[in-house]
Amino acid sequence: MSFRWDIIFEYAPFLLKGALLTIGLSVSSILIGTFLGLLIGLGKIMRNKVLAAPFYFYVTVFRGTPLLVQIFLIHFGIVPFFTGETNAVAAGVIALSLNAAAYIAEIFRAGIQSIDNGQMEGARSLGMTHAQTMIHVVLPQAFKRMIPPLGNEFIVLLKDSSLLCVIAAPELMYWGKAMGSQYFKVWEPYLACAFIYLFLTLVLSFALNGLERRLKTV
Amino acid sequence: MIKIENLKKSFGDNEVLKNVNAIVSPQEVVVVIGPSGSGKSTFLRCINQLETITAGHIFIEGLDTTDKKVNINKVRTEVGMVFQHFNLFPHKTVMENIMLAPLKVRKVSKEQATQRGMNLLKKVGLAEKANAYPDSLSGGQKQRVAIARALAMEPKIMLFDEPTSALDPEMVGEVLEVMKQLAREGMTMVVVTHEMGFAKEVGDRVIFMDEGYIVEENIPSEIFNHPQQERTKAFLSKVL
Repeated sequence: MSFRWDIIFEYAPFLLKGALLTIGLSVSSILIGTFLGLLIGLGKIMRNKVLAAPFYFYVTVFRGTPLLVQIFLIHFGIVPFFTGETNAVAAGVIALSLNAAAYIAEIFRAGIQSIDNGQMEGARSLGMTHAQTMIHVVLPQAFKRMIPPLGNEFIVLLKDSSLLCVIAAPELMYWGKAMGSQYFKVWEPYLACAFIYLFLTLVLSFALNGLERRLKTV
Repeated sequence: MIKIENLKKSFGDNEVLKNVNAIVSPQEVVVVIGPSGSGKSTFLRCINQLETITAGHIFIEGLDTTDKKVNINKVRTEVGMVFQHFNLFPHKTVMENIMLAPLKVRKVSKEQATQRGMNLLKKVGLAEKANAYPDSLSGGQKQRVAIARALAMEPKIMLFDEPTSALDPEMVGEVLEVMKQLAREGMTMVVVTHEMGFAKEVGDRVIFMDEGYIVEENIPSEIFNHPQQERTKAFLSKVL
């Protein structure tokens, strides 16, 4: 019962390939989710309650149901409905983006609402429109405050991408599972995966800390 | 220049302004005084419609700005406002604070905005602070920057909402000095303040408000020396 380094080395190219897909899935979901999250967050703070209602509904549904359920629904239901076939990578990006968007929308909403109303009034009193005030005054200040919770959400998303192994998206965890079932081993594949995830999240949080420090000094 | 007719404003069931009528003539300095909760700040904020008014009309240079068809953003470019808490943009330098609205709303060139911004900063005595951030300024300096920022839009009217109430006592003077200079230059001003000295010295007319009404208005010497209404007398006896 010794630790089998050799099977880790044997699987290293696959784990690397999987890690690259994990990075790809995470980065694209972070970008799409952030963009959608901004729109949904802005939608939620609209004064017109009727127009804001769909955005409330969106956040309620995506925050209130498990990501795993969403992954199955999108992979076996929504993607085949539109394209006629399943596509694990596409379904993965869609599920992660839509799910993260709900949380990111809340981060944007809270960030925007944390900016003192005097900022809005100051800019509006100068004749700036609501949109100009948002773009030049409120959002730049809100964004600084959003970085720590956004960073948190990005790390959660990166780790949640491991759930996509259940729909056979060939990301890191998928290859870990493959290795485990080929050799009937537990420690080698899952510890290898854990270390790679840990490395990825450390790199991500390091980058986010750097961004936060740079914005603070401005 | 400003004509206010039957202005009413309620927050929920709380009627803060109950039928206010007032006229401000060009180049006039009108000082609004009154106890806390009298509605004087709300009155001022209704003039540029930072508060949506409940009923009534506000004419600025003959234009009914309460008309739905009127672009309120356009109106506000002509009506500058200075706030109790300055409301400077903390992520922008002093100069960027001043230039933002001229660049984005008036669409002036960067050179023109910079030059005008520099002139305004010299006027309020803060030319050397152009590249500083608001957080590094004292309260009095912040308020002078806020005045310069409002003036950068070249407004025809200036509204002051308790501009010295959040300042340490020794900084009140420098802000009032800038306001006096503006008044001397002929700016039309409506000033909500607790500075009775300023009202006496600079005001052309003083409006005393209480409980959502204009109780009394007159030239400063009359209001302060011969108040007609009991409520005015009671208020002045406490603050003078």
